[in-house]
Amino acid sequence: MEAVRFENVKFLYREDGDYAVNGVTLTVGEGEFVAVLGRNGSCKSTLAKLINALLVPSEGKVTVFGMDTSDEKKTFEIRKNAGMVFQNPDNQTVASIVEDDIAFGPENIGVPREEIGRRIDFALDAVGMQAFRHMTPSRLSGGQKQRIAIAGVLAVLPKIMILDESTAMLDPKGRREVMDVIKKLNKERGMTVILITHFMEEALEADRAVVMHRGEVVMDASPEEIFSRAEELEAYNLTLPRAAYISKKLAEGGMPVKGAFNAEALAEEICASLQKA
Amino acid sequence: MRIVAKGLTYTYNPKSPFASQALKGVDIVIEEGEFFGIIGHTGSGKSTFVQHLNALIRLTGGSLTVGDYDLADKKCKFLELRSKVGMVFQYPEYQLFAETVEKDVMFGLKNFHKEMKEEEMRTAVREALERVDLNYEEVKDKSPFELSGGQRRRVAIAGVIVTRPEILILDEPAAGLDPLGKKEIMQLLHAIHGSWCKTVIIVSHDMDEISENCTRAAVFSEGKVVMEDTPAAIFCRSDELVSLGLDIPVTAKCARLLKERGIEVQTDFTCDDFIGRVLALWKERGKADAQ
Amino acid sequence: MLNDVTFGQYYPTRSFVHNMDPRAKIVFMIAYIVAIFVADNFLALAAVTLFLIVAVLFSRVPFGRVLRSVKMILFLILFTAVLNLFFYSSGGEEHMIWQWKFLSLSWESVVNMIFLALRLFLLVMGTSVLTLTTTPVALTDGIESLLTPLKWIRVPVHELALIMSIALRFIPTLMDETNRIVAAQKARGADFESGGLIKRAKAVVPILIPLLVSAFRRAEDLGDAMDARCYSGAKGRTKYKKLVFTWRDLLGLLLLGALIAGVVLFNIYFGGKFGIIDYFMQ
Repeated sequence: MEAVRFENVKFLYREDGDYAVNGVTLTVGEGEFVAVLGRNGSCKSTLAKLINALLVPSEGKVTVFGMDTSDEKKTFEIRKNAGMVFQNPDNQTVASIVEDDIAFGPENIGVPREEIGRRIDFALDAVGMQAFRHMTPSRLSGGQKQRIAIAGVLAVLPKIMILDESTAMLDPKGRREVMDVIKKLNKERGMTVILITHFMEEALEADRAVVMHRGEVVMDASPEEIFSRAEELEAYNLTLPRAAYISKKLAEGGMPVKGAFNAEALAEEICASLQKA
Repeated sequence: MRIVAKGLTYTYNPKSPFASQALKGVDIVIEEGEFFGIIGHTGSGKSTFVQHLNALIRLTGGSLTVGDYDLADKKCKFLELRSKVGMVFQYPEYQLFAETVEKDVMFGLKNFHKEMKEEEMRTAVREALERVDLNYEEVKDKSPFELSGGQRRRVAIAGVIVTRPEILILDEPAAGLDPLGKKEIMQLLHAIHGSWCKTVIIVSHDMDEISENCTRAAVFSEGKVVMEDTPAAIFCRSDELVSLGLDIPVTAKCARLLKERGIEVQTDFTCDDFIGRVLALWKERGKADAQ
Repeated sequence: MLNDVTFGQYYPTRSFVHNMDPRAKIVFMIAYIVAIFVADNFLALAAVTLFLIVAVLFSRVPFGRVLRSVKMILFLILFTAVLNLFFYSSGGEEHMIWQWKFLSLSWESVVNMIFLALRLFLLVMGTSVLTLTTTPVALTDGIESLLTPLKWIRVPVHELALIMSIALRFIPTLMDETNRIVAAQKARGADFESGGLIKRAKAVVPILIPLLVSAFRRAEDLGDAMDARCYSGAKGRTKYKKLVFTWRDLLGLLLLGALIAGVVLFNIYFGGKFGIIDYFMQ
């Protein structure tokens, strides 16, 4: 089933300004893991906010499980289905204690008390943060804070999880933690994931990558395919993941290596071609 | 200016239930002219250490000298020291405050060089903005808040280098930027490093960044320096880094995997060197086979 | 990392007092304050003091820590006491020690001063026990719960409580941010320690503006995050945490009853501040 559908969507921040989103048509299937790539300022975040009705298109239509985001009566239902984690780990928690913060979403949608307790257990378990239930978020690391934010979204039991540059402010360890959690949610629970990012390496974890440039979708394919079109990527001011760059340079030097996107594949390729030589 | 730290210790909130020892005896020497990298987890003490270098955190244990400045000496001229040791914090764009870019960049000059004439200051501001690849005429009268994120970061860096510090310290200068933005910032730092600024110190989580840019680096862990060497030598010890929970560059990861299969690549772990060495290996094998 | 102190003066440990219902503790505090002001003789104050000592013992907070909170306002206590010493003049002629123009010193005023200082001292110590043993969050919850009846007269209790708890939540974040901005401006040569009043006020601008900008940015982010998590006001909302009243609270309230009864009894039998003096003089 279709989780999200954009139909020729345009969006303006100001009447006299340029289109931030300029005619995007896109569908995301249920259970899919889609990475949205693009330079800073390519309006990837605007795209994200159009999904859960934080923004409403100026032209065109966005639907979430068939519900139109411009229909105000549906806003609540849409947000229940499409949860969102933001960029800054410090700006999304409302409470000073982890469990109280996770309870915030379920409280808002009127979940009974006992059920909220169960959902907190479930959400903390899903992000591997059971031990931090009674801690203060401000004392946690960036990666841990983002996992709490994910748990807060999970407790509402959404079908779609949107991550709006949620790894941009984290250190590599935090980024890995968050990516592991997201991958698990997608693989084990069939969660639809829309990951907005400018880290090319992260896109490799997705089933599909969409490249945004100046408010338009310019590439839409599997990450492997996208990274094999290096010249095109360069035109959109994006760079290859480092391993892909190395394998490309090796191939240019005449070595018979196929495109490799991570260190493991790269080592494999180098090894194979050295043995062939 | 040469930086020499011996047995540096520091404790936050001493004598309270929240006391935490951030530095547990740091020994380090950073020579003039280096492009030095500082690696470590959040909470490893690296930020605490760099803030000692311009006396933002006052010395409480051990000894530290920066050039001729002895930071243990209470009579040390701290303001003068700060004009010579510039520091750019993480996300520096959030520290801009003045109504125009020019005034913001001038802030440091007005604090450090009260006797300077307005005209001289303008020239210095122009030079600083041009150093960070911004067009002086275009941006000088704009509000910093009108600029894009990347431009704001450049303005913030200009605001620090305007006093021509001999040592420039940057905490995660590329954090939050996209790959191209990162590359541009690093190029900019190399250009600054080639001028009056003799030493650049960057704190970074990004191992590729360290291996590509630094002449030497130190690894901090739990308030101590556990390694201090060239990036090539540090990343040779990738097992230790991994056991500390730190990342290693893609090249080092790949070299490690190749070594497991009996292929030794002698590299300094920069991308270009790695590519060159692998290609050389391949050609060698080709020749050997042909014979 | 820069400032790893929890906001307020909460002393983290487990104890009988820590585990009490915050509502009970707040009611307690109000009654305790009333008791201090109802008490009009030294014996009654002694009863209050005894009660305070018991409370501190049960809270397992070191006495030194509680006393430290008094240190901050010691000057204020001394100042009021000294003023009171010289300007209190309702005493009769027979106890006069010294007099000069409008200044006078009598035995009454000395006793009065001691009495006043004691009251203030007990007041501060008592409130400290509350804030040392209760997290700001629990306090907010308690206040919200106690104010619930006000909902009937359309006071937006839920919204007020939410604002308070968000404010509390952001205090450490903004404190960190302030420290960072201060450090960054200091690195650019800013001087916050010297100069006259105007110079110092001006020096604050480079801190205040980035701080304000950041607070607005955070508020905007938080608003989006709350919207995304389906927040739409108090209507149709449930609450996860219920405050539970336990035997501890009951026991505490019984003790409190005893205290009030004691104070009232002492007041009746040794009425008046000088009751005790008169009693021993007879």
